[in-house]
Amino acid sequence: MADASYPDDLHYHAEHDWARIDGDQATLGITWYAQDSLGEIVFFDPPKLGTTVTKDSPYTEVESVKAVSDVTAPLSGEIIEINETLADSPEKINEDPYGEGWLVKISLSDPSETEALMDAAAYEATLD
Amino acid sequence: MAEVAQNLRRGPLHDCHVAAGAKLVGFAGWEMPVQYEGIRTEHLAVRERAGVFDVSHMGQIKTCGPQASDLLQRLLSNDLRKLPKGGAQYSVICREDGGVLDDVITYRLAECEYLTVSNAANHERDLAWFSSHARDYDADVIDLIDQFAMLAVQGPEAPAIVRRLADGALPAKRRVCERSVSSRAATICGTGYTGEDGVELLLDPADAPTVWDALIAAGAVPAGLGARDTLRLEACLPLYGNELTEERGPIEAGLGWCCAEATGFVGSDAVARARNPDPAQPTERLAAFVLDGPGIARAGNPISQGGIVTSGTLSPSLERGIGMAYVPAERVTPGTRLTIDVRGTERAATVHRKPIYSREA
Repeated sequence: MADASYPDDLHYHAEHDWARIDGDQATLGITWYAQDSLGEIVFFDPPKLGTTVTKDSPYTEVESVKAVSDVTAPLSGEIIEINETLADSPEKINEDPYGEGWLVKISLSDPSETEALMDAAAYEATLD
Repeated sequence: MAEVAQNLRRGPLHDCHVAAGAKLVGFAGWEMPVQYEGIRTEHLAVRERAGVFDVSHMGQIKTCGPQASDLLQRLLSNDLRKLPKGGAQYSVICREDGGVLDDVITYRLAECEYLTVSNAANHERDLAWFSSHARDYDADVIDLIDQFAMLAVQGPEAPAIVRRLADGALPAKRRVCERSVSSRAATICGTGYTGEDGVELLLDPADAPTVWDALIAAGAVPAGLGARDTLRLEACLPLYGNELTEERGPIEAGLGWCCAEATGFVGSDAVARARNPDPAQPTERLAAFVLDGPGIARAGNPISQGGIVTSGTLSPSLERGIGMAYVPAERVTPGTRLTIDVRGTERAATVHRKPIYSREA
């Protein structure tokens, strides 16, 4: 697994999730810290397309060998795309949590929610 | 993920674990390594080559004296007459009602001297149980948990690795002997908890880091409690707190083979009744299962046909969800279909013969 990193272009949620904003859409995933804490991720059961997710509420699960963990939505919206490659290769969440390990894309129901998220420096400061 | 809480006990190998890059977690009051490089890597290293586990959190109780055998025969479910000097024997400790207090391995070190290895979480209770029964016998019960570090060296290459460091032949399975390993005194036991060949070493805590380092230099991979759990589950070895609890008896758990009711051990009447149950009464049995498709069942997941999952994980060897579950006795036959409610998703599973994984399979 790569070294710890928290890209500057992402928005972060305290429950160790990130969002990459693109207009009124966002790509969601879990942070380097989250995947490192979980250990090897061995199963991702994606939510269904069209499902509504609500900021601060769990919307899916990732599983390591030892345990299952909820993933919290950093923003609210409707799921418009899921990362199909994770069904066969959930380890991408460990290997590349901000790239090939993205989980879902959503259309934002309230883009102003982004203002409540942290930037990389603020999120990193919560990890100590 | 959580910070390791204060007041956890650190074993003699703590610095070795930190040096090996361990992720440390609280386990039964001890700060123990759950993994180093990763559970799957460590699991497969044990299946294919050799791994070394620090299991110094396990307890040791010495029972000695003229009536040590009589006392232990009262406490342990197995037939102690079948435990020769230099032998090791698995058994459960039952309450009067047959509920399981612990599962243990007992080594007979001398004619009237035994060492019983207990689960960390149960050690204090076992000790009190032994001591209270010892009042009726000419026998002494001594807590040795602080006198021993314990290493499990497991895997097809484990015997050869230990043999190269030892001053003599290793014990056969379920035998025990005194040797020196890396010039340190060790009690070597032909036992383990992985379904592989290997031995367990009882050492003076001060000697443990030297032996640990030598084992790793000789090719054993450091392996944590995470891999220990996936390995034991593939081998269908029960874990106290999951498959074994005070609320269930050894017959339900499939451990009738280590219960000799004729010896009159505490709980033997209840175990005898459970062995020949009233057909009108519903009973459950411990079954192993493999999921038919993707997903991982976990402890606590209910089964639609009745019963509950006690342990579940992804099998690194099979790359399938596996586990053990209590199911209605008539559903314990291999091939029986089960439906497991995995957090709201129904997942099909099939009862598998035990063990799920074995070397010969």
